[in-house]
Amino acid sequence: MDIKIKVEKLSVSFGKNKVLKDIDVDVYRHMITGFMGPAGSGKSTLISILNRMIDFEDNVTIEGKVVINGIDIINGNTNSVELRRQIGTVFAVPIPLPRSVYENIAYGPKLKGIRDKEEIYAIVKESLKKAFLWDEMKDRLSISALKLSGGQQQRLCLARTLALMPEIILLDEPCSGLDPISTAKIEDALSELKKEYTIILVSNNTKQIARITDYSAFFYMGDLIEYGPTEKVFTYPSEKKTEDYISGKFG
Amino acid sequence: MRIKPRLVDKIVRVCLNLQALFTVGILIVIVAIIFIKGAPHISLGFIFSSPEDMGRHGGIFSTIIGTVLLVLLSIFLATPLGVGTAIFLTEYTKESVFTKIIRFGVESLAGIPSILYGLFGFIFFVIKLKMGWSVLSGVLTITIMILPTIIRTSEEAIKAVPRNLRIVSYSLSATRWETVKKVVIPSAISGILTGVMLSVGRAVGETAAVIFTMGSSLRLPTSLMDSSRTMAVHFYILAREGISMEKAYATALVLVLSILLINIIAYYLMNRMISKYS
Repeated sequence: MDIKIKVEKLSVSFGKNKVLKDIDVDVYRHMITGFMGPAGSGKSTLISILNRMIDFEDNVTIEGKVVINGIDIINGNTNSVELRRQIGTVFAVPIPLPRSVYENIAYGPKLKGIRDKEEIYAIVKESLKKAFLWDEMKDRLSISALKLSGGQQQRLCLARTLALMPEIILLDEPCSGLDPISTAKIEDALSELKKEYTIILVSNNTKQIARITDYSAFFYMGDLIEYGPTEKVFTYPSEKKTEDYISGKFG
Repeated sequence: MRIKPRLVDKIVRVCLNLQALFTVGILIVIVAIIFIKGAPHISLGFIFSSPEDMGRHGGIFSTIIGTVLLVLLSIFLATPLGVGTAIFLTEYTKESVFTKIIRFGVESLAGIPSILYGLFGFIFFVIKLKMGWSVLSGVLTITIMILPTIIRTSEEAIKAVPRNLRIVSYSLSATRWETVKKVVIPSAISGILTGVMLSVGRAVGETAAVIFTMGSSLRLPTSLMDSSRTMAVHFYILAREGISMEKAYATALVLVLSILLINIIAYYLMNRMISKYS
């Protein structure tokens, strides 16, 4: 199996508060890797390291290595704009830009410098299809994205990320505010998308992690407690804490 | 004796209604007086011919041109400067002693009476830089005068743009400037325009700072170095020197109507922009 992202001895602190301690994780290509753990476990911080959104926080110290496609994005001379074209992010709350559906998806491609209208339209269509939203949106591309329902907005955000044509997609609790039907639609889309993309899914919904991920990692208070194939983690967890968490004893 | 809450509620409602009526009433009375006294003396000739005999006869064409030049050019200079400063303060710096000093300076400038701007403009632009009483001196002075308003209102409008929108824009591979240009400014545009409109109002109505720097020549300005007179200054001189109260009221009416027109156009443009982005 190809390793797409290699995290080595990664530690992150906000001021004096250490939020990730000596983490080692290998994320495999064309798999869905789940990061789970209670609030404050450091899983979202790890995401913000991968897409370098952590650059917008103050007082951060980062040690260790994160190698993506053979390049260390922590110590190397990484262009974060280029990096974010390779690594798309979908956030917990759907955040449509106050523009039309079409313009939301065209935002990334236009920033890349694509000017040809037909090319952009093709990207918009393709991205909406992959996010299972095309059928609902094909006649409503020009309406404001703010008018969509929560579930549609989140799939729009997924489509918008896909339009960047990334290799990796990070989803930070993408279903936390959605109803079961909308959640199922997102999960269906992700299961299809892993054929082409490497996906990291952060969630504190253990059932969701069990349902759709191939590998899963359990974080607790900044430590990586357990990491392995999801089937193994959920059937024979090697740590007591993991077992307690997935069986719902805390979290 | 305790007054019943429902009675209190009624009394409060009546009082608030009266207060609102009073405010609107005063506005209506002022506009009505200007309209009644000014309307009979307004004609196309009044608007399109130049003043004669100190403004006793003729029209106000040169003062309309003076006003338009002053307002347009100062807004043209102050808007990019002010919005740029606001963007710098909100998007490109972290809170520090430096930004606090800038902000304090802006707040203080906003509170200075306009006559002081006039004196400064007179000493600095008119005398020191030898620009004389000219449209240019007036424009530069008014630019400085309205700058704090534009900076403050733009900064408030930009701060009100949700942080999430910026985060999303960055995550979609936008740079800082692309985010400002494509997300922040479009979302803040109505607030920014409100500041610009307030500034237009201040510039149109200003007299003290204008007399000191642009002078009060009644001739049609042919270059930026000519002295000129705005409608507000013309009204002030006509009334104060007792030259012609009829012409003064007619000028005031044109002034009021043009402010009204500018506001209507601005709100129309603002609504169009808002509906485009939401």
